[in-house]
Amino acid sequence: MLQQAAFTKVEAEKKTVTGADLLLEALKKEEVEVIFGYPGGAVLPIYDKIYDCDIMHVLPRHEQGGIHAAEGYARVSGKAGVVIATSGPGATNVVTGLADAMMDSLPLVVFTGQVATGVIGTDAFQEADILGITTPITKYNCQIRNIEEIPRIIKEAFHIATTGRPGPVLIDFPKDIAAGLVERPAEPEISLPGYQPTIEPNYLQIRKLTEAVSSAKRPVILAGAGILFSKASDLLLEYVEQQKVPVVHTLLGLGGFPADHPLFLGLAGMHGCYTANMALYECDLLVNIGARFDDRLTGNLAHFAPNATVAHIDIDPAEIGKNVPTAIPVVGDAKEALTMLVKQEGKPPEHSEWMQTLEGYKKENPYWYENSDSPLKPQRVTEMLYEKTNGEGIVVTDVGQHQMWAAQYYPLKNPDRWVTSGGLGTMGFGLPAAIGAQIADPSATVIAILGDAGFQMSTQELAVIREMNLPIKIAIFNNRSLGMVRQWQQIFYQERYSHSKIPSQPSFVKLADAYDIKAYEINSEQEAEKILAEVMKDKEPVLLDFRVAENENVYPMIAPGKGLHEMVGVKK
Amino acid sequence: MKRIITLTVLNRPGVLNRITNLFSKRNYNIESISVGETEQEGISRITCVVNVDNDRVIEQITKQVNKQIDVLKVADISDQAVVARELALIKVQSTPQNRNEIYSLIEPFRASVIDVGKDSLIIQITGESEKIEAFIELIKPYGIKELARTGTTAFPRSSQRSNHKTNYSIV
Ligand SMILES: Cc1ncc(C[n+]2csc(CCOP(=O)(O)OP(=O)(O)O)c2C)c(N)n1
Repeated sequence: MLQQAAFTKVEAEKKTVTGADLLLEALKKEEVEVIFGYPGGAVLPIYDKIYDCDIMHVLPRHEQGGIHAAEGYARVSGKAGVVIATSGPGATNVVTGLADAMMDSLPLVVFTGQVATGVIGTDAFQEADILGITTPITKYNCQIRNIEEIPRIIKEAFHIATTGRPGPVLIDFPKDIAAGLVERPAEPEISLPGYQPTIEPNYLQIRKLTEAVSSAKRPVILAGAGILFSKASDLLLEYVEQQKVPVVHTLLGLGGFPADHPLFLGLAGMHGCYTANMALYECDLLVNIGARFDDRLTGNLAHFAPNATVAHIDIDPAEIGKNVPTAIPVVGDAKEALTMLVKQEGKPPEHSEWMQTLEGYKKENPYWYENSDSPLKPQRVTEMLYEKTNGEGIVVTDVGQHQMWAAQYYPLKNPDRWVTSGGLGTMGFGLPAAIGAQIADPSATVIAILGDAGFQMSTQELAVIREMNLPIKIAIFNNRSLGMVRQWQQIFYQERYSHSKIPSQPSFVKLADAYDIKAYEINSEQEAEKILAEVMKDKEPVLLDFRVAENENVYPMIAPGKGLHEMVGVKK
Repeated sequence: MKRIITLTVLNRPGVLNRITNLFSKRNYNIESISVGETEQEGISRITCVVNVDNDRVIEQITKQVNKQIDVLKVADISDQAVVARELALIKVQSTPQNRNEIYSLIEPFRASVIDVGKDSLIIQITGESEKIEAFIELIKPYGIKELARTGTTAFPRSSQRSNHKTNYSIV
């Protein structure tokens, strides 16, 4: 009798699982600690289950903010960022974030609601073909057609998003699938016969590379974000110290190698420093580890590393040889490759002349700007932010001049402390990404360095910062212009400032007040000193409206179409 | 130059969309694409004929395609001895008077007439693209009313000659 009762109970439990239950159970299995989500009609069955679920849920004030927050979270935590959006407009609102994450290889698992399977294709209310829209900007996407498949598909989604070259995965979730009942399916097994990223590099290629380094006269390592994704910073340091090969970073790689190390040459690329760019230009061996030779890094390809043998370590074989002909391709994970390289104990190169040349470049061509107490200089503000945080904050930026100043004047010592939109260059990224970064590392000092224009593309997320009392330091470099656009118009369009000056910005202090966030307008270096000393240690959010010089330019600079050796503005 | 790429893919929804999307995203030029099931359940074969400027592009294409999650295998079989076939249906104007003349063209191409109407014929022809093109040229003067081609599908031959100049079969 008793036995039978127990049996029926188990049977009943088996039957009572909905698609939404399976979704949340799968998220728990993946140890998801936060969901960035926004409800709506098609995801109501899911939200009804979220109501009882103990996974943290953050409600952004726009789905785009939600997905950028998930990106910031992913970049700092190394885990997949999870997003839920409703069908139609909710789904299309995450499109920019998907494209951004695809470009910068950030692991995301995004769930979009979809109209019920019976009406798909009928232009039903809030129907959008989100699979069609997002195919080119996702690592993978699919729609759930059977409730039984939910556990397997979600497990596969996390696997795809976080392994190999990371990227965003989108799962389209029809409403009836979320609401439907099913017997609990068996433990899922991943079945992805077509997806087997190469992790371990070919030994012969590692030998070849080791020999190339030993015999190089002017070697340089270009370290990209691949170093961060594979958590290979320590190994990079070990290898570099063993071989004494100098390192330059891509914009996205910053922090992968300690900026205060004597073998660090700096940021390379369009607004990189003289030494790093000249090292790439003059080297005879270029070892690219986990960078994709983006055009903002290489400048004109015809002039890129003209005398170098190129070696390229990348987990994505399609990146090797895509832009730059590569003599020594190494397909594999950066960490594995570096482990093997270190073990080789190759003879370090004889390159004292090269090192002297580079030392000379460093001494003679540091970043420069002309300081003044007022107007306040953005470069100086960045330095002060560095000083006040001992260079140990998490720096999150938006896109524009301030982003470049942050890259130049906040020399990061540690990995995963830098969150920026590199490949897509998405304005509006910074503020929400800072939210994700702070959630990923609650004890860190997160500084969101934003432009006055980019800030206004996601201002609404201040509400989340207040609500969660995230102690983010929001530093707006307010130059009353679309600074980077203004700079280009000044230099390339005869100072014809077409729609790049916005003298009538709203009062950001009053705006912050509306969100109940403490805020200061700062006009001089002196004021900045005083206020930063007061607020940087606060366990509360603060908005700092730095009224910086309007017409400051980012230098050095490589004009489009020019080579890395053709920098302008290297010296005063 | 023309290259033939064959893909073995999991037959999941959206896989073809992903492949064609990739071609347009990367600005590659597809000449033809044909898809069908294979001897294994759930696995399809896609044959693409692409026009590329140099080897680097074809290398990129195969790598990018290979990266797709549902793609099991990619091969550029252009440099192998291959059997490549395409099918075309051609509806051509024809009167009882010139019917015989048309039949005499059909025969050497091993094409066949699969439908005869009052004033038209439907011809089916299979073979390599070049052969089909040659046939179309010959038949054009009679007036082609409709034309449908499947695109190439191809296999490497079972025995590969070690030194082959012509990559294509003759028939
Ligand atoms: C969504 C989006 N729209 C437009 C651009 C082009 N763009 C790049 S930088 C920039 C100006 C940004 O101005 P601001 O946020 O004030 O930063 P600043 O350059 O002044 O530091 C613009 C418009 C972009 N990157 N992203």
